[in-house]
Amino acid sequence: MSRFPRSGAPIPVPITAAPAHRGLSDRAIAWLFITPTILLLLAINIFPLLWTIQLSFTNYRANRPNAPLRWVGLENYTYILEDFEVWERLQTTAHFVAWSIGLEVVLGFGLALLINRRFRGDSFWTTVILLPMMLSPAVVGVFWKYLFEPQSGVFNYLVNLVVPIGSFSMLGEVNLAPWAIVLVDTWMWTPYVMLICLAGLRSIPDSIYEAAEIDRAGPWRRFWSITVPMVMPFLLLAVLFRAIENFKMFDLVVNLTSGGPGSTTELASITLKREAFEKWKTGYSSAFAIILFVTVFGAATVYVKLLNRVKNR
Amino acid sequence: MTTIAVPLRGVAAADVHSVVTPSRLSRRLAAAAVIVYAVVATIPLFWIFLTGFKTPSDAIAYPPVLIAEPSLEGYVNLFTTRSRQTPEYMTALPPATTWYDKLVRSRNMVISGPSNFPGRFANSLIVGFGSTFLAVALGVLAAYAFSRFNVPLKDDLLFFILSTRMMPPIAVAIPIFLMYRTLGLSDTALGLILLYTAVNISLAVWLLKGFIDEIPREYEEAALVDGYTRLQAFWKVVLPQARTGIAATAIFCLIFSWNEYAFAILLTSGEAQTAPAFIPYIIGEGGLDWPAVAAGTSLFLLPIVFFTILLRRHLLRGITFGAVRK
Repeated sequence: MSRFPRSGAPIPVPITAAPAHRGLSDRAIAWLFITPTILLLLAINIFPLLWTIQLSFTNYRANRPNAPLRWVGLENYTYILEDFEVWERLQTTAHFVAWSIGLEVVLGFGLALLINRRFRGDSFWTTVILLPMMLSPAVVGVFWKYLFEPQSGVFNYLVNLVVPIGSFSMLGEVNLAPWAIVLVDTWMWTPYVMLICLAGLRSIPDSIYEAAEIDRAGPWRRFWSITVPMVMPFLLLAVLFRAIENFKMFDLVVNLTSGGPGSTTELASITLKREAFEKWKTGYSSAFAIILFVTVFGAATVYVKLLNRVKNR
Repeated sequence: MTTIAVPLRGVAAADVHSVVTPSRLSRRLAAAAVIVYAVVATIPLFWIFLTGFKTPSDAIAYPPVLIAEPSLEGYVNLFTTRSRQTPEYMTALPPATTWYDKLVRSRNMVISGPSNFPGRFANSLIVGFGSTFLAVALGVLAAYAFSRFNVPLKDDLLFFILSTRMMPPIAVAIPIFLMYRTLGLSDTALGLILLYTAVNISLAVWLLKGFIDEIPREYEEAALVDGYTRLQAFWKVVLPQARTGIAATAIFCLIFSWNEYAFAILLTSGEAQTAPAFIPYIIGEGGLDWPAVAAGTSLFLLPIVFFTILLRRHLLRGITFGAVRK
């Protein structure tokens, strides 16, 4: 299609020799090209965000649009922040985020180290391992519910083959359910961390290891002084993306446990959905949404600053 | 957002005894461990696929049966609605003409009509392709402008585009729900398409900017010297050069829209509902109809398996918003 070569040496053209452009100026084109995207995001992200902020200061209920609107100031915010249950939900969320990401980092980094040894068929097996993370989290939640069935579930059956502990209910028992969601999330997202770590490992030039060998650094020393620091920026990036996603987690867990038993797996997003779309406390849930957004946004900003510091070291 | 520059891999690997080339034994052990992980991790997927071909009683048998007599009951249940009838009614019926009629009648039921599944699946396709087309079309324009021109506040705009991804979907859904209700976009494919476009556009701009950055500027400059306008150069030089990147980006957008659940359940209820919002609620007699759920899941996940294989070289970029390239 193009009249220009796809590869090979670029055609040398001194920039100064370029004639004045015909047609629209570059500046006009730049704005013409960017404006639609910005307008769409203003309409579907920024305007709703501003509306949420406005609603968060009211007692509005979406199921009673004609009820008189009352400004309640910061009441929603103070109510949420003083609510013991809200803090419990945030703790549940923190537990989920910390454990799932911890396991994903250990397993993902471990797998990446193994795959990086390069064996025959490694790219095939890598693709197989990657499959879970491409699937719909909601549908994954549904079928894991089936695998976790206390009687007929294949998960319990396989566990019993290894350790015969009899029937148990991963999703029904208060002390097991929080681990069930961690387990499924780890199953789904370990490949994600693995793939990013693998890119990190493959970016390390062999010459560094060769130099280390000349300096008689043992394998342990090479691992901690070369591999880990070189992969660290990649690993931290993976952790950032996973942490943001898991903090917002909704679809997987709601289909797996619906927040139960009791409220042991009720993550912040699930509470938000209940308050907003089942109890229709729109003003209250808007305030909750803003608190969650500010938390993610703030934590991510601080984290990126730290990441850049690690990278520049 | 951070961009991690990936240095080129060292080319010197001639010495077989060097530390960088692991010994044969260690490679074999690594292979064994990776294969064990891969096999264990794929058990759930195989199990679901097999469950689609079991009868409801085999699906909840204890202990679980690996190889059951294959049955298409799950698929029949997925595509039909059925009603239970009295034995008198059943005997009074004319003989069943099709295999699926026979199968359903053997359960003392008759098919009362098609189910909503094909419609929901079609909605997923419409919404998926519609939002992907819009996101990629708008995204490639913005990405080109960010890649080639000195846009004022470029970094801030790019970060703004990315930050729209940090909102929890439920938080976005509250005002969108109200907005769509006012505009009459609730439970419409157009409403979901617009929303998914807005979500996907951040990914599209970031990914496509990375791909366009890699196209040498000399190509366009040569075209400009040849008398092309900037728009012609964009259309005839940059777009063809970026087609791999555009295809990869489109598949990522498509996968997101295909998989999305939170907006789908909150903003649609019937007409425009997509498959992920439908599959979890396929109810049989006495709870979820597991073979039907498994059948729906299998049909729903197969395209993704295909796309993952197609995309594997670009996966890394896609999942990191183009921050890590290989």
